Amino acid sequence: MTSASAPHSLLFGRLTLESIPIHEPILIATFAVVALGGLAVVGALTYFKLWGYLWREWFTSVDHKKIGIMYMVLGLIMLLRGFADAIMMRIQQAMAFNGSEGYLNAHHYDQIFTAHGVIMIFFVAMPLVTGLMNYVVPLQIGARDVSFPFLNNFSFWMTTAGAVLVMMSLFIGEFARTGWLAYPPLSGIAYSPDPGVDYYIWALQVAGVGTTLSGINLICTIVKMRCPGMTLMKMPVFTWTSLCTNILIVATFPVLTAVLALLTLDRYVGTNFFTNDFGGNPMMYVNLIWIWGHPEVYILILPAFGIFSEVTSTFSGKRLFGYTSMVYATVVITILSYLVWLHHFFTMGSGASVNSFFGITTMIISIPTGAKIFNWLFTMYRGRIRFEAPMMWTIAFMLTFVIGGMTGVLLAVPPADFVLHNSLFLVAHFHNVIIGGVLYGLFAGMIYWFPKAFGFRLHPLLGKFSFWFWVVGFWFAFMPLYILGLMGVTRRMRVFDDPSLQIWFVIAGVGAFLILLGIVCFLAQIAYSIWKRDELRDVTGDPWNGRTLEWATSSPPPAYNFAFTPVVHDNDAWTDMKRRGYVRPLDGFRPIHMPKNTATGIVLAGISAALGFALIWHIWWLAAVSFAVIVVTAIAHSFNYHRDFYIPAEEVVQAEDERTSLLAGSRA
Amino acid sequence: MALRKVGALNRLRLAALIPMLAVLGGCNLVVMSPAGDVAAQQRDLVVISTVLMLIIIIPVMALTVFFAWRYRAANKQATYEPDWDHSTGLELIIWAAPLLIIICLGALTWMGTHLLDPYRKLDRIAAGRPVPAAMKPLEVEVVALDWKWLFIYPEQGIAVVNELAAPLDRPIHFRITSSSVMNSFYIPALAGQIYAMPAMQTRLHAVINKAGRYQGFSANYSGAGFSGMRFGFLGLSEGDFDAWVAKAKEAGGTLDRAAYLELERPSENVPVKFFAATEPSLFDAIRNLCVQPGKMCMNEMMALDAKGGLGLAGIHTTLPLAYDKYTRRGGEAPFGAQPSYIASICTIEEAKAMLAQAPADTTPRDLTPMRGLGLPLPALTSRRPQSFSELLSQARPSNS
Repeated sequence: MTSASAPHSLLFGRLTLESIPIHEPILIATFAVVALGGLAVVGALTYFKLWGYLWREWFTSVDHKKIGIMYMVLGLIMLLRGFADAIMMRIQQAMAFNGSEGYLNAHHYDQIFTAHGVIMIFFVAMPLVTGLMNYVVPLQIGARDVSFPFLNNFSFWMTTAGAVLVMMSLFIGEFARTGWLAYPPLSGIAYSPDPGVDYYIWALQVAGVGTTLSGINLICTIVKMRCPGMTLMKMPVFTWTSLCTNILIVATFPVLTAVLALLTLDRYVGTNFFTNDFGGNPMMYVNLIWIWGHPEVYILILPAFGIFSEVTSTFSGKRLFGYTSMVYATVVITILSYLVWLHHFFTMGSGASVNSFFGITTMIISIPTGAKIFNWLFTMYRGRIRFEAPMMWTIAFMLTFVIGGMTGVLLAVPPADFVLHNSLFLVAHFHNVIIGGVLYGLFAGMIYWFPKAFGFRLHPLLGKFSFWFWVVGFWFAFMPLYILGLMGVTRRMRVFDDPSLQIWFVIAGVGAFLILLGIVCFLAQIAYSIWKRDELRDVTGDPWNGRTLEWATSSPPPAYNFAFTPVVHDNDAWTDMKRRGYVRPLDGFRPIHMPKNTATGIVLAGISAALGFALIWHIWWLAAVSFAVIVVTAIAHSFNYHRDFYIPAEEVVQAEDERTSLLAGSRA
Repeated sequence: MALRKVGALNRLRLAALIPMLAVLGGCNLVVMSPAGDVAAQQRDLVVISTVLMLIIIIPVMALTVFFAWRYRAANKQATYEPDWDHSTGLELIIWAAPLLIIICLGALTWMGTHLLDPYRKLDRIAAGRPVPAAMKPLEVEVVALDWKWLFIYPEQGIAVVNELAAPLDRPIHFRITSSSVMNSFYIPALAGQIYAMPAMQTRLHAVINKAGRYQGFSANYSGAGFSGMRFGFLGLSEGDFDAWVAKAKEAGGTLDRAAYLELERPSENVPVKFFAATEPSLFDAIRNLCVQPGKMCMNEMMALDAKGGLGLAGIHTTLPLAYDKYTRRGGEAPFGAQPSYIASICTIEEAKAMLAQAPADTTPRDLTPMRGLGLPLPALTSRRPQSFSELLSQARPSNS
């Protein structure tokens, strides 16, 4: 246990050689694998001379499509880390019976479940959702880019910097041992003096800057940059859900930032917002973090709802049933999501009336959500359903999510929550909605828009394997947890003494391994499809007979998205255009005004990571220097007047001619 | 032949179900079959809500499967209406059906939450058995420590670590707090959980109806020793309970402040320990963070603050208030102030004596009135206004 007299040097702060966990064989092995893998990647990039390409075309790019893809890559890489944590927990819990301590000590295990939650929400689900919105929204509204392209690049790199800080905690020092929301007083300096909670705070603060700015950017894009004719009630549903999600982001992430800032003050300057003594109140933290935390759930699920709407309508070959009520349901969910946060702590001793109020508001959310499910159902009704992979994910979602929704409403009944709160039943519930809702949606979305982004489809067979492993694995992994919850087993346990529980943990472990196969198949599917890309090529730009504007342009779209801004007359703009015999314009192209790439985003984010690292390890000189450099760089960037350029008309003509000949070839 | 084959297959399928059932039968779904009346009512709510929701969930799931199959692209027989996207009647049903369910569930929630409020005194021991008028609840004080549970029985005078017992069919009133971080006090067989929080007190009313030994634990993660923070809960007949108390009395030992401070230190997987006697009001001292000699109790501090605080001197007197820091599991904030202490503040008599010795010019420099809770508002110091109109006339400049 670190005491007040922990070593502190001027140069390295509290960072010492002991901070590197060489006594943990698991971490050493992990480090070896990561280091070898990293070396291989760096070596390959150097050998193939790709650094310059990556830097010019990707890292400094302000193109919303490239940034969207980079978000997806970040999310998938972090999924591997988060899932590694999950499977380690499953193995530990399946082992630690009959006096066995399992293979993880408390110090390590407690970090793992904290990291799993933090990574899966902040660095898997958020980047994947943001990535899809980034890629698709400007295309769906017929825009050339987002409102603030540089800000977009900066947001992405800030999110990445946060992820880098979390990953660093694996090999330098440790991560928080508090659970993913770091409730004080446990996360206060008195009970968690080590740098773990500081890693948590600064990773989230740095990433939070990115998320908030990206939210502002997308709201502005949707409000101001829709093409002519696209009134609010003609926007595609995915754009609607993105709008609502980003409104939620902008309204709630500042709360997270503020509550973490207060915790930071408690930890660094000895204030007493959330301490036990001096009149501090930890309950205030719990309230504030959930005022962010509950809308966060809807930040993740709303875009997934949007994806399901697009997918159901496309693959049923039919207009979306009840577009208007779908939009209103989304808006109602957005508003109600602010009024339910207390249901996360009915057991904190609020009175019966307060608890009932929040319980009932929570139940009310299930009405618009139920309406959405019915809308998808009646979109399928009298359709011609093609069971391509995205549609399969959607059906799986509908069958899985209703169970999660049901257990959610059950948990909203306060007396029922008293017996199920913090139990594995609760864990099963939120995995049921987050995997069965958000993740299935993301898979549907990734497969659906993959041909748009890369010009070829994903291989269907491996996709089917991935789908079935995921779906079956999910049921194996989480149904036992529902049962364990009813047996009164609580979450975050490391060892058990009742041997009758073990079989359920073993089944859950088997489920986790099935999910592992699902992830492997998904990655294999991407690799195999890249290899076989010529066979899977789509030159039409519209492989699924899509209905919205993103399918009107080529795959992948040119940097400028649309040579001419489209004009919209109907909800399913592209279907409407196809029906009315839309003819692609072949001449009259003009130079296109576009934003210029800049390295400022990645530089600022890099220094922000250094600032975070310095603050975590109390290296004050580095903190001061990096803060000063951030300010100077930001000011210097504001004097950069070379921010835009024109794509010459000839280049546009060349790109459009290429597409014309490809289209002609596909028709022949 | 074919029929027999089908029968055999069915039997095989049933046989395959047996290990599944055996597994389910082997486990104890304590939440579904509790031994206390409160938990039983909570279980009933779980079941009723689930059934209510299944009314809508099952048709949705069935329709999903049916529509997916019926309107598959290969089925050219099915009607195809690519532009059909609205039906007012259907939309009404879509919104009304869940609404009706939620109205029922909401009513159930409102009643259930009030009836099963953990702070509410029990009015029944079990269904149809009201609490006898003369019966007083058993008082138990619960403290969540790092990482074990302390139960104090103020009536019996005993205290126990990691074991709790209660007589059957007698209401129990728990007062719950914690010494360091948040925990959750949960005995699934008895009643739902409630958080145990430092410097605060929560309550729980419950009753145990069936004799037996049950599991209790912390349901909120509290640090390294959390997994071992389990205790046995014994539902005992009146006689057995008295014997259990007697056993505790025989064990000897007194839980005074010193013993508590020793016990409070972090330890894991602690065996059951009895104390024959407990220092009275220990629980209140724990709840007010003032077990350690020299610490100011939270309730005293709040009373002082409510009267306007201790002024400037109070700002520097932080040592008696420092509880978390410097003593527990942890370190200190790098830029935090060191706890300090003003050795003495002069009494009123001393101050008067000093003023008497002082030179002639002792008028205070600053004549602005003191502001603070409980002190009169500065604008109104001279005289309290007698009525609202008088107050208004004071506030407004007169123009007559």
